Amino acid sequence: MDANAPASPSISLIELSPWDLSLASLLVLLLAVLSWRLRLGVERRVLIAAARSAVQLSLVGLVLKLLFAQTSLPLIGLMALVMLSVAGFEVMQRQTRRFGGPWGYGIGAVSMFLSSFSVTLLALTVVIGVEPWYQPQYLIPLLGMLLGNTMSGVAIALDNLTRHAWESRGRIEARLLAGQDWEQAIEHIRREALRSGLIPIINAMGTAGLVSLPGMMTGQILAGSPPMDAAKYQLLIMFLIAAGTGLGAMVAVWMGSRRLFDERQRLRLDRLTQAG
Amino acid sequence: MAGLRLDGLTHRTLAPVDLVLDAGERVFVSGPSGSGKSLLLRAIADLDPHQGEVWLDTEPRSRMAPPVWRRRVGLLPAESFWWAETVGEHFPAIQTSGTLSAEKMGAFHSDHPTHRDQINGWLTGLGFEPDVLDWSVTRLSTGERQRLALVRLLAQRPEALLLDEATANLDPVNRDRVETLVETYRREQDAAVLWVSHDPEQRRRLGGRAFVICNGRLEPET
Repeated sequence: MDANAPASPSISLIELSPWDLSLASLLVLLLAVLSWRLRLGVERRVLIAAARSAVQLSLVGLVLKLLFAQTSLPLIGLMALVMLSVAGFEVMQRQTRRFGGPWGYGIGAVSMFLSSFSVTLLALTVVIGVEPWYQPQYLIPLLGMLLGNTMSGVAIALDNLTRHAWESRGRIEARLLAGQDWEQAIEHIRREALRSGLIPIINAMGTAGLVSLPGMMTGQILAGSPPMDAAKYQLLIMFLIAAGTGLGAMVAVWMGSRRLFDERQRLRLDRLTQAG
Repeated sequence: MAGLRLDGLTHRTLAPVDLVLDAGERVFVSGPSGSGKSLLLRAIADLDPHQGEVWLDTEPRSRMAPPVWRRRVGLLPAESFWWAETVGEHFPAIQTSGTLSAEKMGAFHSDHPTHRDQINGWLTGLGFEPDVLDWSVTRLSTGERQRLALVRLLAQRPEALLLDEATANLDPVNRDRVETLVETYRREQDAAVLWVSHDPEQRRRLGGRAFVICNGRLEPET
């Protein structure tokens, strides 16, 4: 243990050896064997997913080590872009009926960019006051958590929007025929889509600490932070996530519903394609 | 009130259509199913992408905001859809709500007696009591929905009417009621009516010009 570390946290991080990790991986192997014995048919997927997580996390660990040592804005920006583009792809993958062409990817990516990046920036500069603001030890984890959560919010909201628009074609067109403009005609579907995107984070905030300790707080406590400090950071993150998810879902639903109509305010379901 | 002119109107399955309906004229369109009759009406109401222009008297559609156009050139689709809870909520001019409705309706009575009375008159003409406005939409049968959709459309005061199989699911009594209502509205408002009907009896009974869509072309019926 570092002799210069502050004295207050009496617990310190016990380093995990490769041996410890392989012990834990035996549990996954056991799960795969069970899946094979019970004919669940997911043993291959369990093993592949476990291997993927091992490779991806080790790589990220290496990359972050490099980034932390350099604190170079271009490198950090590149990392952020990679994270964003993967998240955009993931949002697109989760749509039953997605927008055709570049919109299928663009709506999700743009709305996540606007929400996650702006909220992260706000947190770094105004709330936490990191110096310089792009210090990767703060920026990357914050952005990662925000992207991960806005990603599910945006994906759920967009999926809801397009699915319900598809199912409610008759009712939307009836409203158009009654002389309503496109925003009135899609209003109820839009509201429902936004609500569905916000429910997960609202639920998460409502049960935080009662049912499970949120992952980030758990990590900090394991790493030896005083529980109160961990709780404060977790609270900050939750507020940021709530704001980011709300903002992201709103942008996505607004862009998506706008794209469902053309300049003559016709409902254009032909702009949606069914996912294979 | 207004005539309707189709100017080179084209959609996927239909050759360009040029057709002039005078104010107060009724024109029938028929044709085998899948020939594009409904698509023609949808194109006029500007619900699908297509080519061509439509004129309401001297005003081109492209110069009008789509909601305004769809209010003035009213389309009655073959299947009627309802988006709110009760029938009355679909009539923006006469919001009726629960216990307040009597009072509100009274107030409305003095303000706009004609509009409210007119809607009640149409409802009665189609065999409904005025309290049908408080009914839940889910209670309605297909035929009731179809008839009420016509009243809903007329309440917008369209200057031209596009009717898609307006009497298809109705028994003879209600079919006659709908025909009477449409004819009365057409005469009183001098509205052009483009009526898609597969019923040759109906076309003969009401008379007037009739067209048939044949091999993707709109031709006069012989």
